[in-house]
Amino acid sequence: MTPVVASEGEPSTPGPGTSDPALATLAVAMTGIVKRFPGLVANDQVDFDLRPGEVHALLGENGAGKSTLMNILAGIYRPDAGEIRVHGQPFEATSPRDAIAAGIGMIHQHFTLVPSLTVTENVLLGLDEPRFRLRLQEYGERIAALGERAGLRVDPEARVWQLSVGEQQRVEILKMLYRGARILVMDEPTAVLAPQETQELFRTLRTMTASGGSIVFISHKLDEVLAIADRITVLRKGRVTAAGIPAAGRTRPELARLMVGRDVLETIDKPPVTPGAVVLEMRDVRARNDRELPALHGVSLEVRGGEILGIAGVAGNGQTELAEVITGLRHCTGSIRVNGTEVAGRPPRASIAQGVAHVPEDRHGTGSAPNLSLTDNLVMKSYRSEPIARGWLLDRLAARRQARDLTTAYEVSAPSVDTEARLLSGGNLQRLIFAREIATGPSLMVAVQPSRGLDVGAVATVHRLLLERRTAGAAVLLISEDLDEILAISDRVAVIYEGRIRGITDSAAADIETLGLLMTGDAIDGSDAGAADA
Amino acid sequence: MSAGMPVRRHWLPIGLEAERRLDTPRWLPLATLGVGLLVALLISGALLAIIGADPLLVLRHILIASFGSLGVLSDTLVKATPLMFTGLACAVAFRMRLWNIGAEGQLFLGAWGASAVVLVPMLPAGVSPFIVVPVMLVCGILAGALWGGIAGWLKARFGVNEIITTLMLNYIAIQWVRFWVFGPWSEGGFQLSRQFPREAWLPRLTDFASVVRDFAGLTVHLGLVIAIVCAVLVWFWLSRTRTGYEIRLIGDNPRAAHYAGIDIGRTVILVMLVSGGLAGLAGMTEVSGSVHRLQDGFSPGYGFTGVIIAYLARFNPFGVIVASIAFGGLILAGREIQPAGIPSMIQGIVLFCVISSDVLLRYRLRVVRR
Ligand SMILES: Nc1ncnc2c1ncn2[C@@H]1O[C@H](COP(=O)(O)OP(=O)(O)OP(=O)(O)O)[C@@H](O)[C@H]1O
Ligand SMILES: [Mg+2]
Repeated sequence: MTPVVASEGEPSTPGPGTSDPALATLAVAMTGIVKRFPGLVANDQVDFDLRPGEVHALLGENGAGKSTLMNILAGIYRPDAGEIRVHGQPFEATSPRDAIAAGIGMIHQHFTLVPSLTVTENVLLGLDEPRFRLRLQEYGERIAALGERAGLRVDPEARVWQLSVGEQQRVEILKMLYRGARILVMDEPTAVLAPQETQELFRTLRTMTASGGSIVFISHKLDEVLAIADRITVLRKGRVTAAGIPAAGRTRPELARLMVGRDVLETIDKPPVTPGAVVLEMRDVRARNDRELPALHGVSLEVRGGEILGIAGVAGNGQTELAEVITGLRHCTGSIRVNGTEVAGRPPRASIAQGVAHVPEDRHGTGSAPNLSLTDNLVMKSYRSEPIARGWLLDRLAARRQARDLTTAYEVSAPSVDTEARLLSGGNLQRLIFAREIATGPSLMVAVQPSRGLDVGAVATVHRLLLERRTAGAAVLLISEDLDEILAISDRVAVIYEGRIRGITDSAAADIETLGLLMTGDAIDGSDAGAADA
Repeated sequence: MSAGMPVRRHWLPIGLEAERRLDTPRWLPLATLGVGLLVALLISGALLAIIGADPLLVLRHILIASFGSLGVLSDTLVKATPLMFTGLACAVAFRMRLWNIGAEGQLFLGAWGASAVVLVPMLPAGVSPFIVVPVMLVCGILAGALWGGIAGWLKARFGVNEIITTLMLNYIAIQWVRFWVFGPWSEGGFQLSRQFPREAWLPRLTDFASVVRDFAGLTVHLGLVIAIVCAVLVWFWLSRTRTGYEIRLIGDNPRAAHYAGIDIGRTVILVMLVSGGLAGLAGMTEVSGSVHRLQDGFSPGYGFTGVIIAYLARFNPFGVIVASIAFGGLILAGREIQPAGIPSMIQGIVLFCVISSDVLLRYRLRVVRR
């Protein structure tokens, strides 16, 4: 316990040596953290600590301040008040660089990889070494070895665009480990992962903690939290409601109550609805993905009014493309009729005119305009008609009124309707997009991962709203990786695998096992004629 | 883990660190503009001191030379008028991240279109100015719009980069005008046309000297009023109309705009037509209001300065008016100050500083001890 004298110039290496034995046992100790944004307090006197070798889950409703707190730890924001110690040392980061120098690495929900570069190049990007000659081979081997030890197998020479989402995430983790991170902050890492990938991630995390690393794990999926976390801290409206309670023995409803402050009804009732006329009819639809490779191989399906068709599948099997051809965002061949009108190969306007609403998968890239206000974002689909349009003019008061109504009704929390959309928390942006789309009263709702990033309460709301549309006679195409979600609200289920639809069944008759096998492409050798051509 | 973070070496005990800003307060853009101008002033002052001039005296002289009396103020506004139009032309396009750097060519074509009314001639001699001037305005706008529209159409139809096309169209337009003033419209073999008849002149203040004595010699013309009206119209168009909303949406996220059902190609053409039309007005008002004839090289690069004006104004139409007047002053002072390079040097420094000050919008700087 010799006090470390801060040496001139060189930053001292973060290590266990410290003056305070009580704090020294903690990897991170944040006390009294306050962070204000114009119009709200995102973190209000928050205490948070992280022990070496533990997975500490951070829970809370959308907009509770989880990402903000961790952005502070990762040196992206500066707190307005409070103190942070890392391994007992006072820690004041002004940039992510400072944080990583102290061994803290954050993995955001949006990956920051360069798609056209290789894994090795991505890992080395931004480092001072190698300096002039890149010697990629040698570094690639080092990175592979590091990955091997951490249980993160990736090909160092692969280009990032060729990797699956799960693999890309592994590269992100590797990048942090290579920079010497011992404390890993993961902001909703599993939101984009398939169940198997989640299991793999958990194995990696356990390897890390076994060797003394610590992990902060943010997630809205309570089952995962119960599976991986040692301790749990819950935030509600910027304040701590449970500080580092042990995870063992907790239940979902208990956690939900801590987050929301009241009991959350997760069961939903699904009234029987007699399906009406066919709203969406697809015949032999083929399309290519962004890399110009075939992504849909002759998809045919039908959705009737008053019916929810769930499309299950592991990400990257053509879901994005399926949604995009229906909504006119992607070229295709074949026939797509909405309410009897052909929309294949027509611009998005044609689908919108037929009452097609679309909750896109990519909420930042496609679903919103980040630097425009909430109002501008909320009227994207309704600005052409009364009361917002007045001839060729735009009634700004009416637009603001609509924005205010929508944010209230769908609980999008933001300081005002003039706030820029990029400042919303992840879940609030998702709420905004969902609100905008469902408020158009669509006859066909194409919802891709509609509950991604939403807290438990909001997930239930989204499901309830989709069921309400169904009762109102609309057709719903629900594309999701979450089998529980699909089985809970769909009437029929289909599986998409490598651009083909297989096994459409009644969801009452569907069982998870079979669906799981269909999703991974096992099981159906020979049973599916379309699988023969390649 | 094995590979540690490479140690950064610091040569100084203190340093400046940049921290990315995540929130931009409303007052910030104006404040950074102020900082930029201040730094520009200090640098210019230092340079002037080095070459042995008294910076304050020079500054005073510039101010007097461009804003010191009604006469020079009027001259400043005459210089500012074409800049307002080209600045607006660029601002409109830049809002949508459409990099129209062809305002110069569109200006030339607009001037040509307006001149054609007089020089072809398209109207019989002796027609009332109330007919000639509006016809010239329309022809100027149409010719400029055509020139902008070509680039817009190429972009919308074939995805051709508008930076290249608008740049190239500049050369064509300039040579086109050169052809006409050297050839068919040349007056006595000089590279200029004959002077326009009085009914093709935009009214100037001095024309009303018989009513208000003080107006005598003030050459500021109706183009200034048209420019200000255009600024208001552009502001209204961008902020209060459906098309304006579409332009803002495309400018921020074209994918989202496409998803919202907006026809991006159509909007690209429309915006290039408007942008070109505004630049065309610059040409029309310049020949009809100030030069009174078409001549080779009548624009000292108003179209290119428009790019800078739009940028300084942060694409705000009213900012364009202010920035144009400031630049008009600097251009005018160029005639008064010796050596002649000084004002353009100051102009360059101002630009450099103001544009660099943009970094303050995106980063917060702080001094740190190592
Ligand atoms: N840079 C910013 N400027 C203004 N407000 C912000 C900024 N960043 C976040 N906020 C606001 O702070 C609040 C907390 O946001 P934060 O991103 O921490 O929520 P979160 O707990 O991560 O929620 P989610 O589960 O939806 O991701 C939100 O209301 C958000 O709108
Ligand atoms: Mg978040």
